Amino acid sequence: MASSRSVTKCLPRLFSTICRQSRHLPSHARAPSNLLRPSSLCSLPSRSISRLQASSPYTRSFTTTAQRQHGHIKPPKPGEEFVYLLNIFGNLLYVTFIDKDGQDYKFAVSEGDNLLDIAQANDLEMEGACGGSCACSTCHVIVTEDDYYDKIPEPEDDENDMLDLAFGLTETSRLGCQVVMKKELDGLVVRLPSMTRNLQASDFQ
Amino acid sequence: MSLLAGSRTSRRVLSWKPAVRRGHGRCKNLSTVSPTPRNPDASSPFRMAIVGSGPAGFYTASRVLSKLPQAKIDMYEALPVPFGLVRHGVAPDHPEVKNCQDRFDEIASSPNFTFVGNVTVGDSSQPGRHCTVELQSLMRHYDSILLAYGAAEDKKLGIFGESTLTGIYSAREFVGWYNGLPDCTNLHPDLTRGEDAVIIGQGNVALDVARMLLEDIDTLRKTDITEHALSRLAESRVKRVHIVGRRGPMQVSNLPLYDFIEPFLPLRQALNVTYQAAFTIKEARELMKLPDVAFHPVNRTLIPQDLKSLPRASKRLMEVLLKGTPDADPLETSKSWSLDSCLSPKHFLARSDSPDSVASTEFDVTALADPFDPKSRVEKTGEAIILPSDIVLRSVGYKSVPLPGFVEAGIQFDERRGIVCNDGFGRVTRLVSDSDASSSARQQVPGLYCAGWLKRGPTGVIASTMQDAFTTGDAITQDWLAGASFLGSHEGSSRAHGWEGVKEELGLDQARRVVTWDQWKMIDTVERSRGEAQGKEREKFTNVADMLAVLD
Ligand SMILES: Cc1cc2nc3c(=O)[nH]c(=O)nc-3n(C[C@H](O)[C@H](O)[C@H](O)COP(=O)(O)OP(=O)(O)OC[C@H]3O[C@@H](n4cnc5c(N)ncnc54)[C@H](O)[C@@H]3O)c2cc1C
Ligand SMILES: NC(=O)c1ccc[n+]([C@@H]2O[C@H](COP(=O)([O-])OP(=O)(O)OC[C@H]3O[C@@H](n4cnc5c(N)ncnc54)[C@H](OP(=O)(O)O)[C@@H]3O)[C@@H](O)[C@H]2O)c1
Ligand code: FES
Repeated sequence: MASSRSVTKCLPRLFSTICRQSRHLPSHARAPSNLLRPSSLCSLPSRSISRLQASSPYTRSFTTTAQRQHGHIKPPKPGEEFVYLLNIFGNLLYVTFIDKDGQDYKFAVSEGDNLLDIAQANDLEMEGACGGSCACSTCHVIVTEDDYYDKIPEPEDDENDMLDLAFGLTETSRLGCQVVMKKELDGLVVRLPSMTRNLQASDFQ
Repeated sequence: MSLLAGSRTSRRVLSWKPAVRRGHGRCKNLSTVSPTPRNPDASSPFRMAIVGSGPAGFYTASRVLSKLPQAKIDMYEALPVPFGLVRHGVAPDHPEVKNCQDRFDEIASSPNFTFVGNVTVGDSSQPGRHCTVELQSLMRHYDSILLAYGAAEDKKLGIFGESTLTGIYSAREFVGWYNGLPDCTNLHPDLTRGEDAVIIGQGNVALDVARMLLEDIDTLRKTDITEHALSRLAESRVKRVHIVGRRGPMQVSNLPLYDFIEPFLPLRQALNVTYQAAFTIKEARELMKLPDVAFHPVNRTLIPQDLKSLPRASKRLMEVLLKGTPDADPLETSKSWSLDSCLSPKHFLARSDSPDSVASTEFDVTALADPFDPKSRVEKTGEAIILPSDIVLRSVGYKSVPLPGFVEAGIQFDERRGIVCNDGFGRVTRLVSDSDASSSARQQVPGLYCAGWLKRGPTGVIASTMQDAFTTGDAITQDWLAGASFLGSHEGSSRAHGWEGVKEELGLDQARRVVTWDQWKMIDTVERSRGEAQGKEREKFTNVADMLAVLD
């Protein structure tokens, strides 16, 4: 019993370590889409990481960069690890972000996480200037498939009002801070709009 | 309200594309401080001064810090308190918009970032316990300077009565007054002169100001609006607000929201970029929702009968205007407002019993060649109408001004557009003629960059200012990594000493007056506790002496 509990404790942390290591690489060298990066696990408090350091062979390459804390991606609560482990093999939801360079990143996330929090917890380029209050449009995402777009509850006036100001608005645009993951959205793929191109000075003359 | 307040941490890991080398170095003699050509060395230290602590300064800093780990940035701010228009412009009843301050706080916590508050760059006219640094001094001590000092003045109408009659206020000053901008503390607008207020201009600032005049005072009490504004607004007699535009509801302001890509018409069309209406739908909807405030129906003939064919943003905005306030009748509510179209201000008329006071505004009636064409020409019809105006608020746009020292630094200022001449990416440029004046060309002024309202003109929300700042941040890092010419007094690395060097030149007495980030946090804490006592988010200090007194 004791040993099985320690396995359940270690596994999420292992993911977390992998996830953190990948974050320190330049983004072009970062994990491609086939590496799952469970965002919920990325937000484990530093306490658990240090315990992992003492017990895991993977810790040697772990860098001591300041911890990122992200209060809104739910880490498993004490005692929930077993359920969590099951989730890893079963009930986690997946969402893929395609960044402006066309690189895609797939994350395993929990029900209830919103796309802004997921993107920020994973260092994707999404500013979220108003902190998810539906007041800035800097978390604009484009849902790539109509079927998924239809499964997201319709935007409220507030969201549509901000979308009206978003750059590169499309028929399937949404604000990342307003899209909350749920079972029906498992497998969702969203694109981050490319705001700027590589402009040339001559373009301005 | 913020879901993320206090929890977000720095998070940018951005991809980097190989820098393209541009023809730098050709303008070596443009400034009095000769630029230093550098060997491209990605790791050599990079010292940058930022002038202005608004969104443009902070977002550019964040981009540069994330791409150049060796960068050391010093941000100079004229006031002891940071954040520019986020603190002194954004309406008090929009606290969620100010959440970007959390991100700025994060940026400021970088060990490579120093806040140099209470220091004006260029302008030595500031009195008292203030510190002034000349632009030339910055040029001696930095590799690069980012000009991001926004727009400190506003446009005038240039019509009779504007500067002679009392009761006519600049919306910029009115906003500064209710938001605690020290320069505007003494505006003391008289809101008891009568019931009719006329706001000239139909931008978002006009709508913000209208909302302040119409909103329930008890709602405002819970915001961070200044106490002096609350007490005047509580006494206000204003009941009827006219927001007056020279064009119609279908016409949009001159500049698109994302005007930093304006040269890319085809791209803009391909991406379905919308032009920004002078005001945005969120702000219009907010006014429609104010309790006990009615909207006088908009002129129906200026809006197409069939809205279906309109682009999405315009269609939705027109729907809001046409719906108006169905549950509130102007005859029954205590306050009301209207959007008055096709009226161009002609002159102000004085009261017969008080010839110094404004009584009304005369407008030329204009006609649109095609009322439904967003770009329609507008002409005067020869008719005029008069609107009663106990108070007038002029809200026709902000205006940037050049800094003393620009000429010496080789920086050109476009007076018409109110911007520092730049290449659209934020590189400061100047027009240089051949010796025989037969031809001229735009050249980059090495090491100098601009961002935000000073770069694009005084339009755009925080989202567009942010994108624009990122563009400038990319240009700076691209140039640095490509080995382009920057500032620097002599060749070789580590020549720039940044704030330490500037401080030495300033002398102890001046340098003592500088406000650090930690000191700003002390001011912040006191403001918050003053607010708490009154059930508000914060009670701002409205003059510099009071801000500094916290630090004594
Ligand atoms: C009334 C008003 C309300 C707004 N409301 C909203 C809103 O609700 N939502 C939204 O998205 N956008 C809003 N905006 C737009 C937004 O505020 C701007 O897009 C943004 O602030 C522009 O940023 P900036 O950094 O270019 O300039 P600013 O924010 O003006 O910053 C410039 C800074 O430079 C400092 N400075 C000036 N001169 C000097 C000098 N010589 N030396 C040192 N420092 C100097 C100033 O003190 C200031 O702190 C509003 C604008 C206004 C005017
Ligand atoms: N809540 C928000 O998001 C918010 C709040 C405040 C400000 N802001 C942003 O800040 C920026 C500045 O706002 P702003 O309202 O100062 O500027 P603005 O949007 O440029 O509006 C200026 C208004 O003044 C009018 N005008 C200009 N010259 C005039 C003249 N000589 N006579 C009569 N009318 C004249 C313009 O009409 P024409 O169109 O005919 O020129 C326009 O209606 C905007 O981009 C705005 O969106 C945002
Ligand atoms: S974060 Fe501002 S609208 Fe979503």
